[in-house]
Amino acid sequence: MKKNKKSLLSEPGFQTLLASLVCIVAGLLIGYIVLLIINPGQATEAIITILKNFLTYGSGKAAMKYFGNTLVKTAPLLMCALSVQFCYSAGLFNIGAAGQYVAGAGLCLYAALVWKMPWPVCLLLSMVAGALFGAAVGVLKAYRNVNEVISGIMLNWIGLYTVNMALSKVKETASPYTVAVSSVNQSALLPTLGLGALFGNNKYVTIAIPLAILIAILIWVILNKTVFGYELRATGLNKEAAKYSGMKEKTNTILTLAIGGALAGLGASFLFLSGYEQWSVTQSSVPSMGFNGIAATFLGGLHPIGTIFSSYFIQHITSGGSYLDKAVFPAQISDLISAIIIYLCGFVAFFRYYINTHITKRSKDTANSNDVPVQTAAPADDNKKGGDEK
Amino acid sequence: MILLIQYTLLFASVLMLVALGGCFSEHSGVINLGLEGIMVMGALGGALVMKYLPAGTSAFVIVLLVILSSMLLGMIYSSLLGIAGINFSADQTLVGTAMNMLAAALATVIVKSINISENPDNVSSTVQYVQAKKALVVNIGDFQFNWFMLAAVILLIASHFILYKTRFGLRLMACGEHPAAADSVGINVKTMRWAGVLISGLLGGLGGIVYITAGVSEWKFETGVAGFGFLALAVMIFGQWKPVNIALAALLFGFFRALSNVYSGFPFLAALKIPGSVYNMMPYVISLIVLALTSKNSRAPKAEGIPYDKSRR
Repeated sequence: MKKNKKSLLSEPGFQTLLASLVCIVAGLLIGYIVLLIINPGQATEAIITILKNFLTYGSGKAAMKYFGNTLVKTAPLLMCALSVQFCYSAGLFNIGAAGQYVAGAGLCLYAALVWKMPWPVCLLLSMVAGALFGAAVGVLKAYRNVNEVISGIMLNWIGLYTVNMALSKVKETASPYTVAVSSVNQSALLPTLGLGALFGNNKYVTIAIPLAILIAILIWVILNKTVFGYELRATGLNKEAAKYSGMKEKTNTILTLAIGGALAGLGASFLFLSGYEQWSVTQSSVPSMGFNGIAATFLGGLHPIGTIFSSYFIQHITSGGSYLDKAVFPAQISDLISAIIIYLCGFVAFFRYYINTHITKRSKDTANSNDVPVQTAAPADDNKKGGDEK
Repeated sequence: MILLIQYTLLFASVLMLVALGGCFSEHSGVINLGLEGIMVMGALGGALVMKYLPAGTSAFVIVLLVILSSMLLGMIYSSLLGIAGINFSADQTLVGTAMNMLAAALATVIVKSINISENPDNVSSTVQYVQAKKALVVNIGDFQFNWFMLAAVILLIASHFILYKTRFGLRLMACGEHPAAADSVGINVKTMRWAGVLISGLLGGLGGIVYITAGVSEWKFETGVAGFGFLALAVMIFGQWKPVNIALAALLFGFFRALSNVYSGFPFLAALKIPGSVYNMMPYVISLIVLALTSKNSRAPKAEGIPYDKSRR
């Protein structure tokens, strides 16, 4: 019994899960405190509203429909998170995911609205646009030693202004939004394959959602089962060692960021080609999707499968925030909670270190005091596994 | 023309202050990517002081209080980086990014809550400070002198002096170059890094308030500071982590940023009919080009970004 408990705690996967849960609970707690400060009377109700999200509508068809809406926005978030995660495996912090997402949105909408292309072409073009933005960061990093975070941020803004400029061609005359894809070019809308019927006839629920999950699994396979993935992770762990053992670290850097960019760009088309949202050509700040992707990545323990769940969670509370009474609480409380969660994720490494040293110390103590006869064998075991003593 | 000079000097002051902040932090060995967030919080501190000061307050008191409150809030906020990055050896890139997101969300929540409590119909994230802002500027002919410009010059000289001429500054830089060596001669690396981070918070916070008062009398906190914290980092890299070079780099970048504010006032620029977005994009494009040209032979502090672990000495 005792042995099982120990080996569970020393299990990296379990540690990650535990750490993420601690981050979530702490983030929600701080969010709750902020709500209490703003309005003590309605704070409890508000935090429940955020957590309930679509369940506010009770159960049944309406709730399913709003559940569908949350999923529609989870798909792009998951893609951005995967983009950040994929690059982070190679030791690259892809904060440019936000700009790659913007680039993808720009080109896919341009293709759909101006060139009247069908959806597969639009999807492909969104990937190309994202990949180009990602590759630009990669080239600057590999050949000019430019910090990928700074060049990424610069490209985010360049992307935003370029896309705003390009899409102002196809904006509605009375509003700052681009014309609806459904009104101009039906063939560019992603097919629903009957998925919408499952979610209270929500027409925005498309193949984007299962596709995003499939891509998450694919990313896991690439990272863990291919030579390329192995090289990426080796580069992430120790760049010099990877270079020394003959890996082309420059090419890998560019390729990694290009793939990351393609993922984020694809994410944008998952949202905009579902027709759920229109692009506002007057927006003056980079969409938060890419930045929330960073939150989802780290909350998901830097694992593609974990990222699926964390992306859903982040989107769940973000959507939940929009149900708050706007005359009492700002909807940005959800952003605040996500930001606190990322900040706390910074402590995860320390948390793990603490657990590991604590466990090894305890198991060494017990090994010394309890079982003197097996002590000769114990040290070797100790190094390998925390709680392997008899 | 005078307007262009005025805006160039203002934006150069912002970039220089924030870049000097980054310079102190990086010389101590901590990469501060949270400068953007620090700017937002500093701006919030100053804006709220301007909003709540009674109407009859003398100009001198207003300027002083605004500067002090921005610096203070920036410093307090930067301690988030200190705790995570120095004491808990967290990934500084991650923490900086989180700080930027947190500051934007927190400032929006605070301002909106204040606005809602004053008037439930007002759900905007805008703070207005039309009256108090007049105290910050002095008109000299057509040129609008801003007290922050003076503050920026004083802080530039002070930064140069502190970094190169004082025992503290040299010790600080030692912690960024070779912390183990610094530690071995009795310098407390963690304390010095904390000092570097707090100074960066102070300067970043001040930069924030200068930015949101440049040419406008209200600020919508939802927009944050539009990547200025990162532009400042580009300025710092271009300036090779040296205060005087940083000041020159800031003037160059400030000029391009100012151009996007005033280009319509120049007949020959307006005649080109280039969309405003192109001018808005300019500072970011320039900084990418500059970074591509200068990062190769970077003089970055050797140990920056690596948490100091005493047991590995």
